[in-house]
Amino acid sequence: MEDCLAKKLEITVSEAEKRTGRNAVNIQETYTAYLIETRAVESQSEGQCAPVESLWRRYSEFELLRNYLSVTYPHIVVPPLPEKRADFVWHKLSADNMDPDFVERRRIGLENFLLRVASHPVLCQDKIFYAFLMQEGGWKEMVNETGFQLKADSRLKALNATFRVKNPDKRFTELKHYSDELQSVISHLLRVRARVADRLYGVYKVHGNYGRVFSEWSAIEKEMGDGLQSAGHHMDVYAASIDDILEEEEHYADQLKEYLFYAEALRAVCRKHELMQYDLEMAAQDLTSKKQQCEELATGTVRTFSLKGMTSKLFGQETPEQREAKIKVLEEQIQEGEEQLKSKNLEGRDFVKSAWADIERFKEQKNHDLKEALISYAVMQISMCKKGIQVWTNAKECFSKM
Amino acid sequence: MEEEGRVPGPPLPTGGEGPGIDSHLAAGILGTARGPPLAAAEVLALDDEEDDLEVFSKDTSLTEVNSFSPSVPISPSSMINQYKFEDGPELRDLFITVDDPESHVTAIETFITYRVVTKTTRGEFDSSEYEVRRRYQDFLWLKSKLEEAHPTLIIPPLPEKFIMKGMVERFSDEFIETRRKALHKFLNRIADHPTLTFNEDFKIFLTAQAWELSSHKKQGPGLLSRMGQTVRAVASSVRGAVKNRPEIFTEMNNYMETFSQKINLLDKIAHRIYKEEKDYFNEMKEYGPIHTLWSASEEDIADSLKGIASCIERCCRATEKRMAGLSEHLLPILHEYVLYSEILMSVLKRRDQIQGELDSKVDAIANKKAEKYLFSEEIGKLEDKVERANNALKADWDRWKQNMQWDMRSTFTNVAENNLHYYEE
Repeated sequence: MEDCLAKKLEITVSEAEKRTGRNAVNIQETYTAYLIETRAVESQSEGQCAPVESLWRRYSEFELLRNYLSVTYPHIVVPPLPEKRADFVWHKLSADNMDPDFVERRRIGLENFLLRVASHPVLCQDKIFYAFLMQEGGWKEMVNETGFQLKADSRLKALNATFRVKNPDKRFTELKHYSDELQSVISHLLRVRARVADRLYGVYKVHGNYGRVFSEWSAIEKEMGDGLQSAGHHMDVYAASIDDILEEEEHYADQLKEYLFYAEALRAVCRKHELMQYDLEMAAQDLTSKKQQCEELATGTVRTFSLKGMTSKLFGQETPEQREAKIKVLEEQIQEGEEQLKSKNLEGRDFVKSAWADIERFKEQKNHDLKEALISYAVMQISMCKKGIQVWTNAKECFSKM
Repeated sequence: MEEEGRVPGPPLPTGGEGPGIDSHLAAGILGTARGPPLAAAEVLALDDEEDDLEVFSKDTSLTEVNSFSPSVPISPSSMINQYKFEDGPELRDLFITVDDPESHVTAIETFITYRVVTKTTRGEFDSSEYEVRRRYQDFLWLKSKLEEAHPTLIIPPLPEKFIMKGMVERFSDEFIETRRKALHKFLNRIADHPTLTFNEDFKIFLTAQAWELSSHKKQGPGLLSRMGQTVRAVASSVRGAVKNRPEIFTEMNNYMETFSQKINLLDKIAHRIYKEEKDYFNEMKEYGPIHTLWSASEEDIADSLKGIASCIERCCRATEKRMAGLSEHLLPILHEYVLYSEILMSVLKRRDQIQGELDSKVDAIANKKAEKYLFSEEIGKLEDKVERANNALKADWDRWKQNMQWDMRSTFTNVAENNLHYYEE
């Protein structure tokens, strides 16, 4: 981690701005641009403030960056971006992408994304990533020149294809199961949490009505008037307090969402491994069948039933020259195949090694982060209860003075 | 039957009329024909009071005494009980409980009876303990008798016949329990009332066996007389607002209108809160187990997840308690006061009615000066009647307000406490 970019560079996504411009199909649209600021850390220790470099990027550029990273480093669990559209909303939150609260939360999410990439031992060294942070113009062209797009398309196809691997790596299979479970449990949790938040909001807000009625009622009372009036005030405070509480909870929800998307990234790595394994198996199978063919031709025995065998029986055998030619071709192919197989095997082993290393790293990070998130959630709940205690103690006092 | 004369507050008119006749007249107002033997029983008690009250002048404004006034001299021991304070259970001598609902099936109908247990140390009760069974109709009967006898006293509300909103089945356990509690409250409020508690019908209600009660019921004023009363009520309300209504009652009226509005709102709000809490509870029930499920696929954070799951469960239980607190304490009281506000409005109307009669007679006289002297007596009586009604109402009003205050205070404090406990957990 010593070479980590994050240690050398301070990165923030500090602002968000609405812009209008022409998009890829030349249609006028409104979008939000985010200001990325970077500042070198080292010079700060000398008492000098390093200059802040900044540039603006929009969400689609972040997406491009991530796609590039996922394709270029298939064995890495690439950090996810914050959601494209607002999901798991409860009724008060708007699902509008332009809503200031949503934009704010997205800004934080994007900053988080950049920090995660910057603190990843492998990803932070990527030149394209560095250029994303520093080079405003021409970045898109730079990315496209890497030709990753071709790989991206085939990868997308592969990820969605169904196939069976004969000797799956147990660890990866387990991991895939885990990522599926994680995805499903977190999304279920987020859904229910949204509903709970909705209900809680209702309970608090209805108490606000108390405030109004109490104050109206106090107008006609003599002795009870004061007590009622101040109690009503506390009810209003109670009702208003829910807004802040739920806003804080949204941050917790966002933390969980990150890991929901991380689960997808994890799954992608597993799939990639499966793909490689399948590839390997196919290549090995191919090689074996070619070797068999060669043997058959050479010895003239037909071990397995083949159409060729049948036709040759029916239409006469081929000449020895033809056979020789075929054998030669096959031998060449076999040689190629063996080399390919060797390299594929090597590739596979490398992949497994580096993937597994990153997975371990990811696991640790996940456990640490989730634990922190759960703790902060508990702290939030406690603070909510403390506020509740305060309000109702005050209210009780007012009531007893009625 | 006529208890009015025994209220210590409003003094009897000192026009020299005998208490017996007065009570007869008072009874006559309502167009009922009471049997003489009952009046005779009154005379005895009233005699005592008249002696005491003769010292008071007719200037009622000075002597408007409410039930708590300690200045009325003490007479025979049975009177002492009238001066008990609401908040002092040590002075209560009549303890009533309503419980044990039971279903009875007959050929024509099915109904529920409740057991009414009375314990008392009062002299006029033959024994110190009574246990009878009563059905809702009997309660209705008692209430209407009390209303007849004391048109301007505030009779506590009875639970309604049906509750349309919740579509509660007539014999569901929840409905029966709510009703039982309300009936219990009803009887106890009567027992606590300084005047109503000595009502004869009340006593009979508490003590008579089933057959005794039904025969007694038949004695009362017929349907016709009650209808007559209703007709008069309608007529007087058609006549519009009473001209000479004293300021204080206009105030009361205005207060009641606003109060009724507010209490209805509060009732709605409380129900709404209950519903929201219920929904919240239901969602929370699902929320906890998800965490447990998750912990099954994790290793490191499994404990934290399980911890959260159990905390959520505790929250659920706490929410349940909070809801129970609401439905046991706040909701019934608010509902009772909603009913009370209706009752009070009608009490005020009745008072207006009575006054209306007086006024109309006065008007009639203004046009017939010759016969004035004949009517003057009648007017005098009517005036006194109005007076008495007014005072009874005032006294009771203050009492009611004090009660209400206390009830509200304790109820809301209770709610606050419950919420405290909820958050502490």
